[in-house]
Amino acid sequence: MDIAVKFDGVSRHFGEVRAIDGLDLEIGEGEFFALLGPSGSGKTTSLRLIAGFERPTTGRIEIFGSDATDVPPYRRPVNTVFQDYALFPHLNVADNVAYGLRVAGVGKAERLKAADEALAMVALSGYGARRPAELSGGQRQRVALARALVNRPKVLLLDEPLGALDLKLREQMQEELKTLQRSLGITFVFVTHDQGEALSMADRVAVFSDGRIQQIGTPEDIYHRPETPFVADFVGSSNVLPPDVVMDLTGIRAPASLRPERIRLTREGHEAEVVGSSFTGATTRLKLRFRGMPLTVQLPSDAAPRAPGSIVHIAWDDDALHLMEGGA
Amino acid sequence: MSDAASPSRLSDTLWRRPRLLLLLLLIPPALWLGIVYLGALFALLAQSFFSIDDFTGLIRYEWTLRTYGELFRAANLDIILRTVAMATAVTIGAAIIAFPIAYFAARYARGKWKAVFYLGIMLPLWSSYLVKVYAWKLILAREGILNWLFETLHLGWLLNAYLSLPVVGGNSLSVSWTGTFLVFLYVWLPYMILPVQASLERIPPSLIEASGDLGADPRATLRNVILPLALPGIVAGSIFTFSLTLGDYIIPQIIGTSARMIGQAVYQFQGTAGNIPLAAAFAVVPIVIMGIYLTIARRAGAFDAL
Repeated sequence: MDIAVKFDGVSRHFGEVRAIDGLDLEIGEGEFFALLGPSGSGKTTSLRLIAGFERPTTGRIEIFGSDATDVPPYRRPVNTVFQDYALFPHLNVADNVAYGLRVAGVGKAERLKAADEALAMVALSGYGARRPAELSGGQRQRVALARALVNRPKVLLLDEPLGALDLKLREQMQEELKTLQRSLGITFVFVTHDQGEALSMADRVAVFSDGRIQQIGTPEDIYHRPETPFVADFVGSSNVLPPDVVMDLTGIRAPASLRPERIRLTREGHEAEVVGSSFTGATTRLKLRFRGMPLTVQLPSDAAPRAPGSIVHIAWDDDALHLMEGGA
Repeated sequence: MSDAASPSRLSDTLWRRPRLLLLLLLIPPALWLGIVYLGALFALLAQSFFSIDDFTGLIRYEWTLRTYGELFRAANLDIILRTVAMATAVTIGAAIIAFPIAYFAARYARGKWKAVFYLGIMLPLWSSYLVKVYAWKLILAREGILNWLFETLHLGWLLNAYLSLPVVGGNSLSVSWTGTFLVFLYVWLPYMILPVQASLERIPPSLIEASGDLGADPRATLRNVILPLALPGIVAGSIFTFSLTLGDYIIPQIIGTSARMIGQAVYQFQGTAGNIPLAAAFAVVPIVIMGIYLTIARRAGAFDAL
């Protein structure tokens, strides 16, 4: 597998703010790669560095093996789907999609034919004559996708492309993006703050916090084997047990992650006091106090209700307690 | 509780009758716009359909197009063409100079620099127009700063060569069409900069990034994205610079040649010559020209991105 994008010790500072700090990252060709993190964690800056809208303060960026650090955006073999879609309001949909081909000098008939094909690919055949303002949010999103893909980029960058869509449409677009990526075989780099989106779509995920990568791995790695308390807490919801408690339980002094769905109520086991519970539809989340710390347990929603103040017994499999870095 | 029951509060009544509120708000501006503003304009325009009696010098109150016919006499047509040419030159000059300034202000200036920009643009507007024009007369005069500067730099020959050119030249810059052009450009420039800056500021930065991302170099982005989206602002600015130049009578009076422009013709016909109908007919000319200009601009899609 070739390396599509490589960050080599890249930092991007805005004055005192270190948006990206010493980033090393390799994204493979044909990968669906997610940059996941809360706002301000540096994931969008990383994407903008690949696109060329930002230049690294220090370090080097390679795209398919060639140094792209000093290459302007218009000479990079990458295209971007913007968060606000950035469709040109003065051009109709077909001219928007054909824009990249037009500035590349492709003839009118040929580029409009390519635009039609690209629009067909995103199920928007026949919308070419409309203005962006006449489209719904989901349709604009598809136009932005077609406009980027028509240039046959080597890497497609997506900046929170589903953020503005409602839930149903978002789930549908997740499926379609995944299918599209598989059929085209293009490297997708996808920025999101939605961990569910990252887990369900990506081949690999990089979790960002404070300008640094906390962990890179498959969705399964990130979820089941978080390396830091931040990852455990940010990806899904988890109980992060402090080193003292873990020392008591296992004899090893390190923080540990314990997923709420891995905890069972039993007749015997560790004692915990019920603090409260909340019904979420498919499940009920039971809030407990365990050795002086809050602990969440996820139960089927038909489980018997527990009154606050009552004592329950809990247990989990040995592999459910996942030790992390950041001990002592 | 008792307050809610009492029916007499004015604000309560207006809240229940939003149409009444709207009516009250609209009446003053409608009166102003309808009677004082447009009414006066129409009273003037009506004059243009009367004519003057050549023997008595009195106005004959009969509807006629004779006065409009007079506009097409060679001397009057010259005035119109000269004025339109000047207004066109000033507008194009202002657009060329204003665009980079507005672009800098809209895309790069932040915080303190933005304040400096607004101050720099607005400051000249705070001083008297007449003072500025006379100041320019001093700058452009043969004994003025500009001449002195050229002489000091041993470039006096260059200025003299320019002044010896036909049409744009003259005895000195202050009595040449170039002088008139420069002063018009100076006085109306803020009216071009501000709308262009406003239109540039409304372009989301992501559109410019998207253009670059899709392979357009900065020049292609300027041509394909920035200029089309700034066009409404440029047209708005050009409406100001064009119509203000069409109607002005002070600048060409003080600076430039003795050949008249429309504003001066209106001034003289309604004042010294007492020919109000012809003055009114001249006043209609800029209105018609602006109407044609706006129609062309709309057809060309200048307002599509609004």
